[in-house]
This record gives sequence, structure tokens and C-alpha cells, in this order.
Amino acid sequence: MHQFVYQRPGSLPEAVEQSIQAREGLFLAGGMTLIPTMKLRLAAPSNLIDLTDLTELKGIRQEDNAIIVGATTIHAQVASTPEVRDLLPALAALAESIGDPQVRNRGTIGGSIANADPAADYPAAVVGLGAIVKTNTRTIAGDDFFTGLFETALDPNELIVAVSFPIPQRAAYMKFPNPASRYAIVGVMVSQGYDGVRVAVTGAGPNVFRVPEMEQALADDFVPEVLEEIMVSADELNEDLHASADYRAHLIKVMAKRAVVAAS
Amino acid sequence: MPVTVSITLNGESVSAVVEPSTLLVELIREHFCLTGTHVGCDTSQCGACVVHVNGRSVKSCTLLAVQAENADISTIESLAKNGQLHPMQQAFKTHHGLQCGFCTPGVIMSALDLIGNNPDPSEIEIRDWLEGNLCRCTGYNNIVRAISAGAQAMRS
Repeated sequence: MHQFVYQRPGSLPEAVEQSIQAREGLFLAGGMTLIPTMKLRLAAPSNLIDLTDLTELKGIRQEDNAIIVGATTIHAQVASTPEVRDLLPALAALAESIGDPQVRNRGTIGGSIANADPAADYPAAVVGLGAIVKTNTRTIAGDDFFTGLFETALDPNELIVAVSFPIPQRAAYMKFPNPASRYAIVGVMVSQGYDGVRVAVTGAGPNVFRVPEMEQALADDFVPEVLEEIMVSADELNEDLHASADYRAHLIKVMAKRAVVAAS
Repeated sequence: MPVTVSITLNGESVSAVVEPSTLLVELIREHFCLTGTHVGCDTSQCGACVVHVNGRSVKSCTLLAVQAENADISTIESLAKNGQLHPMQQAFKTHHGLQCGFCTPGVIMSALDLIGNNPDPSEIEIRDWLEGNLCRCTGYNNIVRAISAGAQAMRS
């Protein structure tokens, strides 16, 4: 690992100021991706700004018809919090399916979506549940947040504060995990909520995407059979040693159908 | 630039001067000479380095020592008291839950986190929980038996 300056701000404005002042600063939340990346020297920040002490980024609360998850809330807490399990069980189950217990004890929702790994689980929740990402400067619609492979709409020095998930009538997340890493080869979040049906796919493309044909069919009739005739194109899908693009296209339909059954 | 890290390690307040890039497992093994915590893969996969930080099991190869500032850390060395093995350690001995023993400290620290939240886990729950611990000797069956027996001993 390259050497760096370690900083541990006590407040959100201080964290942002340290990032502005740094030559090449990075925010550190759970570090489950960033620290391995730094060990491999694929990341070499001049300053590492540890968000551990920022209490305003922690915790889960219910507000009106939404569950608001603080950016540095760990996956284990999302998975075990009674309000999430009762009101948004699809999100609790998704959090519980990430990595392994030790990763879930450190990894955070903000870190996951800021990193925007194409195979991460949380992007499917942010888009598939129509969430809103709150930062230190603005709110970003979940649909606009992920812009490409490891790319997001965040500006330099912009920090995620919380993610607000509207509580749907029904939702479920199904994934076909890589058996070693538990990352999604394909993961699909299906929900029916205030703005209709959403079908969001992670793991299959360069970043999370929706499948409008499936959403329209499910809006008419929320049963798995309506997805049978819908062809998902393998163009632009990921292809690697784990799965071909054609196989991923097939898995999207299979996981979507399972999610519809689980949500019904 | 070296920084001072202060932690509670197995109940004792300790501090050390380290580079910010020092990993928690390096602090534990090299500065405090507690070598029960192992480094297997050094890529957050194998779980040989699992310790408890503020009561939760974590992989100490994927945490900077400085991140643990003011944290309460327990390692495998905290378990045996006055030469008496902890019930979970005894269960691993009784049920032959180890062969080479390299993964064992991490597996036991991981298992104790499970038992802390779920005192009577099913076999499936134990196997699911062990997702983050790799053992290349035992085939896991005796580890699962040992954890189940250790949990039972801890309940009685």
C-alpha cells in the first residue's frame, strides 16, 4: 500500500473541507473495497478521510412512507433492523446476501453505491425501489445516480449522507451469486410501489439498468407468466469467465420471475 | 507520517506508533506479538484473521490500525482463562474441528460472533455463517459439529 495522510474529521463540513484541500482525497467508510484496492495499488489516495466519527451518517429511521438509511450504516444493521425487516423485507434480505458476515459487519451502503461496482447488490435496491440519494449538497434520484462502470453522478468532494427508500406495496430481490465472492452474476429487484412497477438488474451490465418491457407487463398483471415471452437482449451485457452475455440475459428473466413470485 | 493508535486489546488499554497504512492484523501480530490471529490470504476472503472489533467479527487484514482508534478489540488469546480452554475451544478439540489449525482462530472468533446473536444456531445457520471462513483440511463437517457443541456448552 502506498503511504497516505490519514484524517478523521468530526463533522460533515470538516470532512468535505478536508476533501477539498486534499490533492487526491478519498472518503473511507467500511473500506471493504477501498482497502483491498489500495493494497493492490489500484488506488493510491494522497489523503484518506475516515468517516467513522460522523454520527450524522449513521443509523436507520422511518420517515413518512420511507426508510432512510444513513450512508455509513453497515449491511448487518440493515439486515437486522426490525423496521427494515417489517416494512421493506426485500432490502433486509438483499443486505443479508452481501459477501460474508465479516464483510456485512464493516461494509456500508454509502460505500457500496459510491463505488458502483457493476456486480454490487445495493445498486439494484437504489434503482429497483426508486430510492433517493441525499448528499451534502443535493438529492439525486436513484435512476440518475449510476452513470457507468464504477461511475456515479457524484461530483468531486460530494459525500453521500443517506439513501431514502420509499416503502413499496411489494418487492423482492433475487440473485444468482458467484459462489465464491457472493457478488451478483445477475441480481434483479422487482417492486411495485407509488410510481408503478420497477425491474432493476445488477451484475449483468456495466451498471444497474431497468427493463421497461418487464415493468409494463408486470404493471398489467403482476404474475411471473407475463415475463415468459419477453426477450432480454444480450447486446452490451457483461461476459467473463463466470458467465457469457447470453447466459446473463437468460438469468435476468429467471431471476425476475423468481422475484415476482417472492414478492407476490 | 506515523500516528499513535490507542485501543483496548483483550481488556488492556494499549497504544502504538504506526504508519497509517499499517493493517490492524499487523498491529496485533507485530506490535503486540499476539500471533494467534493469522494472515491467510490477505485479500479479505479466508477469514484466518477474524477478530472482534466492538463486539463484531471483522477481518483484521482489511482494516487499518488507525480505523480501530478507541475500539475494543478481542483476539483468540482472550478466550482461555487461567489455562482453561473456552468452551468453544474445548469443543473444537473434542470434535476434531481442526487439522492443521491455521484457520481455527478465525473460525472460532467468527463462531463466537454468531453464538452471541444466536445462542442455538441450526446446522444451516452455522454453515451460512461460515461463508467468510475457509478451511482447506477438514471439509467443515467437524467444524460445524464443534460449533454446535460449543454453543450447547456455552448455554449450559
